[in-house]
Amino acid sequence: MNIIVFLIPAALFMGALGLAAFFWSLRSGQYEDLEGAKHRILIDDDEA
Amino acid sequence: MDIALEAPTGCPSGLAPAERNDNAADPAAFVRRDAHGDETLELMVSGAKCAGCISKIEGALRALPGVSEARLNLSTQRLRVVWRAKTIEASTIVGTLARIGYAARPFDPEAAQRETDETGRRLLRYLAVAGFAAMNIMMFSVPVWSGDGEMGAATRTLLHWISALVAVPAALYAAQPFFGSAYRALKARRANMDVPISLAVILALGMSIAETLQHGAHAYFDGVVMLLFFLLIGRYLDHKLRQRARTAARDLLALQAVTAVRIGADGKTTAISARDIAIGDRLLLSAGDRAPVDGVIEDGASDLDTSMLTGETRPVPAHAGDSVHAGAINLTQKLILRVTARAADSTIAELARLIEAGEQNRAGFVRLADRAAALYVPVVHTLAALTFLGWLLAPILLRGLGFDADDVGVRAALQNAVAVLIITCPCALGLAVPAVQVVATGRLFQSGVLVKSGDALERIAQADTIVFDKTGTLTLGKPRLITRADEQTLTSAASLARISRHPLARALVAVAGPGAPAVDAQEIAGDGVEALIDGKIARLGRRGFAAPDAQDADDGAMELWFSRQGDAPVRLAFEDTLRGDAANVVATLKQRGYQVELLSGDRRTAVEAAANAAGIECWRASVNPAEKVARLHELSAQGKKVLMIGDGLNDAAALAAAHASASPGTAIEATQAAADLVIEGPLLAPLIEAIDVAKSSRQRALQNIGFSALYNVIAAPAAMAGLLTPLIAALAMSGSSLVVTLNALRLRGKGPR
Repeated sequence: MNIIVFLIPAALFMGALGLAAFFWSLRSGQYEDLEGAKHRILIDDDEA
Repeated sequence: MDIALEAPTGCPSGLAPAERNDNAADPAAFVRRDAHGDETLELMVSGAKCAGCISKIEGALRALPGVSEARLNLSTQRLRVVWRAKTIEASTIVGTLARIGYAARPFDPEAAQRETDETGRRLLRYLAVAGFAAMNIMMFSVPVWSGDGEMGAATRTLLHWISALVAVPAALYAAQPFFGSAYRALKARRANMDVPISLAVILALGMSIAETLQHGAHAYFDGVVMLLFFLLIGRYLDHKLRQRARTAARDLLALQAVTAVRIGADGKTTAISARDIAIGDRLLLSAGDRAPVDGVIEDGASDLDTSMLTGETRPVPAHAGDSVHAGAINLTQKLILRVTARAADSTIAELARLIEAGEQNRAGFVRLADRAAALYVPVVHTLAALTFLGWLLAPILLRGLGFDADDVGVRAALQNAVAVLIITCPCALGLAVPAVQVVATGRLFQSGVLVKSGDALERIAQADTIVFDKTGTLTLGKPRLITRADEQTLTSAASLARISRHPLARALVAVAGPGAPAVDAQEIAGDGVEALIDGKIARLGRRGFAAPDAQDADDGAMELWFSRQGDAPVRLAFEDTLRGDAANVVATLKQRGYQVELLSGDRRTAVEAAANAAGIECWRASVNPAEKVARLHELSAQGKKVLMIGDGLNDAAALAAAHASASPGTAIEATQAAADLVIEGPLLAPLIEAIDVAKSSRQRALQNIGFSALYNVIAAPAAMAGLLTPLIAALAMSGSSLVVTLNALRLRGKGPR
């Protein structure tokens, strides 16, 4: 059972990582234009 | 070599027709400059639908010299362009867009002040934290539940402490919106749904910590965060709906901000925003422009389309000295106006005040969820208090009656009272209405109906009387040729009509199809068009101009006369035709027991004809905006709940005053802003679907509220009896929220017909 001393913090850390990733995506404006995002994947940016 | 510019105009996937920018306002007045010498312009682009549109628009604009950023938001249809000052003109941008087939209209930067929806983002953060905590606490709760009886108290307490470590900070963070709203309500000496929620959260956390300290089993850490998670979902959905309504209304009002062309003392013209127009300014009103303010014609003669203001379909001739009301469209020749009222004092502003008055009227409407909450809060708190007192006093009472009973103590009594508060926490109730409304508006959106607010659906479901406007609502608002003329006449008449913006001329051209305009054609404002065809003078216009000797038909129809030297004049009659399904829609509505009425500002003959064709017995003609509002008040005094459908500026006040309102997508922006629903497309049938969906969503919401009540009827006595365990609380709460959400989703299952 001693293993839970490592497993619990590890699990909580991974959960927190997911939360941090979500906050980052929110801050970088990825939810501003959901409609456009699904279309933009089809655009070739060779001109850039 | 820019490929985008060579592509055919409009959406490359053919999802939307290419738009023409007939009377785009000069965007120069709306450009913002920043300290670094960059200029920013926000535009509302119509016609953009797909990936091809995005790359075409952004590509074409980035190819312009000096443009550093061009980004189109497909969800909001807003385009933001940034460029170095003095490299290009703002009008070049709109011109470029017009060339590739998209209409763009400038936003008033003040009204469109980029609002990043801070509340929505914050709610999402709370939601994410609550979700994270709820999922991770399960890791510790499931062992406790499944190990019940076998797990040692020390292990259980350890798991409880870890849960507390996650739950307490997460709950205190994520419950902020509820705490804030409960605090505000209590300060105003009211109670809302957030009061029992906040109480339950604080008490449950406190009690769970106390329980853990004493190595007890009753820790509700999982319940608290799960409760917050579900409640925040409901809160977020509700916020999204309201936000959409607010954005829609604000966008429409921002678009309304028109520009004007001022003629300076030196004869130079400058584009200014309508707000900056001063009394006494001289404005240039080109053909196709809408008058931004009230004024008097100083020079020029033209025809004015006032259908948006009065409902009158027939254009009015206007000459020097005549006054022009804000909102009227100049049709034929350019005019010079002397301003007599600033934008804030013009006819439009007068209508805006009527709209505001109507909206205040509507503020009396209490939403379904709020009505449920008003009943709910006192009941729940009384039950919790009764539980506490009951457990404390029952042993004393029993002993007094001679039974043998031990005191349970304050701790157990408090524990059971808190259990009641937790289990009755309006989790499902908080989701019951928003979940349904989100599904309903989503479904209507697919059918081309934009619902601007959640409570609009509730109000539409209550309506029992439907009042239509005529011009542009029951009818298409566009005249159509009803005379059968021979090919030769039609072609010649159309060649003259091609140079005019007059609606009747446009209708004639629409029938004749493409062709060349007549050479040397000249438009005489208020009269018609004159040209030479094969060396003979041909005239198209009103009777006095084109065929002074002809007999007046006197049937009230709109007419044009066409004459050619030597030939007998031909009369071309027009009619504002009903929308294709108007009669059907009216019949369906009547069949369902609605009282249908027609209120129009148009002439008696025109209204009577339309009413007969649509099958409406109760109609009134020549009604002005104030009289429309008065009629609505009269109906509501009779206890009727009116759904008003209109499109003109003259309807806007009535739309706001009605219990619920709708307007077609062709309506002027101010009117769309005042309406609850906007119906896209040429047909009225989506209105029926909107009413159906509103009714079934009301039914669904009531079912959900009923279910929440039923759940409480079962759960509350169990909690009062002290039978509640953390496992039951977690199951019951998530179960009821799921049932409510699934019930809401059933609304979508039917699918659009």
